[in-house]
Amino acid sequence: MILGLVFWFELAIKLAAAAAVVPLIGMVIGYGEMKLSAHMQSRVGPYFAGGRFGWAQLIADGIKFIQKEDIVPQEADRPVFKWAPALVMLGTMALLVVIPFHPSSDYGIVSDLDVGIFYALAISSVSTIGVLMAGWSSANKYSLMGGLRAAGQLIAYELPLVLATVGVVIQAGTMSMQGIVSAQVAQSWPFVLTQFVGFAIFMIATLAELTRLPFDMPIAESELVMGYVTEYSGFRFLFFFLAEFTNMFTMSVIAVTLFLGGYGFWGINPDSLLSPLIVFAKVGVLLFFMIWLRWTLPRLREDQLQTLAWKWLIPLAIANLIVTAVLKVVI
Amino acid sequence: MTLADWIAEPVNWAFLAMAFPMVLAALRVVTSRNVVHAALFLVLALAASAGLFLLLSAEFVAWVLVLVYIGAVVVLFLFGIMITRAPIGKETNLSHKKIWPAAVASLAVFGVTFWLIYELGEQVGGFSDTLPAVGQATPTEILGEGFINIYLIPFEAVGFLLLAALIGGITLARKDLSPAEEREGAGL
Repeated sequence: MILGLVFWFELAIKLAAAAAVVPLIGMVIGYGEMKLSAHMQSRVGPYFAGGRFGWAQLIADGIKFIQKEDIVPQEADRPVFKWAPALVMLGTMALLVVIPFHPSSDYGIVSDLDVGIFYALAISSVSTIGVLMAGWSSANKYSLMGGLRAAGQLIAYELPLVLATVGVVIQAGTMSMQGIVSAQVAQSWPFVLTQFVGFAIFMIATLAELTRLPFDMPIAESELVMGYVTEYSGFRFLFFFLAEFTNMFTMSVIAVTLFLGGYGFWGINPDSLLSPLIVFAKVGVLLFFMIWLRWTLPRLREDQLQTLAWKWLIPLAIANLIVTAVLKVVI
Repeated sequence: MTLADWIAEPVNWAFLAMAFPMVLAALRVVTSRNVVHAALFLVLALAASAGLFLLLSAEFVAWVLVLVYIGAVVVLFLFGIMITRAPIGKETNLSHKKIWPAAVASLAVFGVTFWLIYELGEQVGGFSDTLPAVGQATPTEILGEGFINIYLIPFEAVGFLLLAALIGGITLARKDLSPAEEREGAGL
């Protein structure tokens, strides 16, 4: 079997689509965050770019970043410094593969892996390496501190994230993303009703994994300039920026899939073309909550962050797991 | 299988594309003059071996490799290196004095492992020279059944061993305090 021209053509289209989707998601969420935060603070936010409501603000920002000079500090470790944003982006983009938008196996999901949610957790942990690489190779004390804080935080919150997920996997009896959604559609209520402890843990851990407020110590402006992204400029900075917003999207979609019933909604046939819209609506609610929390809560202290993870979330997640497993066998 | 057949199979090209970087990266792990670079080459070697598992349709093992080894073990390596000393550039004193005994020991481990796998393979009826078809991943249920039913005792034994190693590691690393120091809380 020699791979034909069709294969390469398809591959090129898929790559182009992936390359277009990430900036699009990033721009929509970035614009949403700018506008929402502005209104929460009684400001107007982006106003002039593009005519009405400043809708073209993020396009202008993107073009600005791309035409800026790509600076590598003289003392930096050049190859590691240059590869770090790519690795962060890889951990983000690879997540898009297993997100179900529709029950159809042809076009509802890129690839419905048998180990779907496990793959998502595994591949997203690659980003941590990219963050550490960025922090170390910048040859800057602020960057190194930011990278170390980020790594410590990501290790601590990876555990509650995985444990909260396992509760859902036990209830659904499968790790396939489509399987988890169809289990919820079949019983006609989402897992959040029985797994609300898991859902709360998952969302807190997600905020920490995204290093967003109230967990943004790795890039705390008042202490570390910008943490591990301090030395980055131009499109490499843009990569980190886009990766953060795309990650918000992918983590929200995973939360929707696991806990909120994915494309299922009462009274709507999941086979209809409304399914992707339902997913996006649910994701939009979660994204609004993330942005709302970011512009409302103050930053935690580093020791409070670690205490929350190790002394509260992990024991709670394990207890949730035990209860779920026992009930699964008993009922 | 002739060489021409072997070349005509795209899976073999995929194998080479994984195996070559893996061997090169593994060599660079031990020859690199910078500890952080060595750890990053280890990431590359592990990622390539995860790719080899994917070629063998062992999806679960491949992603375990990514989650546990790349996502946790190497991250902790890097974390440990960076929190102690991590200069940018080359270092001079990275070689160990007993490099040759170490080489012999690692070759011996490789030989024993290879022989064991070969022998066990012969006992279960030899190795197949064809790969599982693409998309025929082993269902996770079968793996779960294996862990919890057939191989429950070895699985628990390994878990117990890891727990013992963990406690041993903590015991070795902690500083023992004299009773007087303990009263003052000097270890904090």
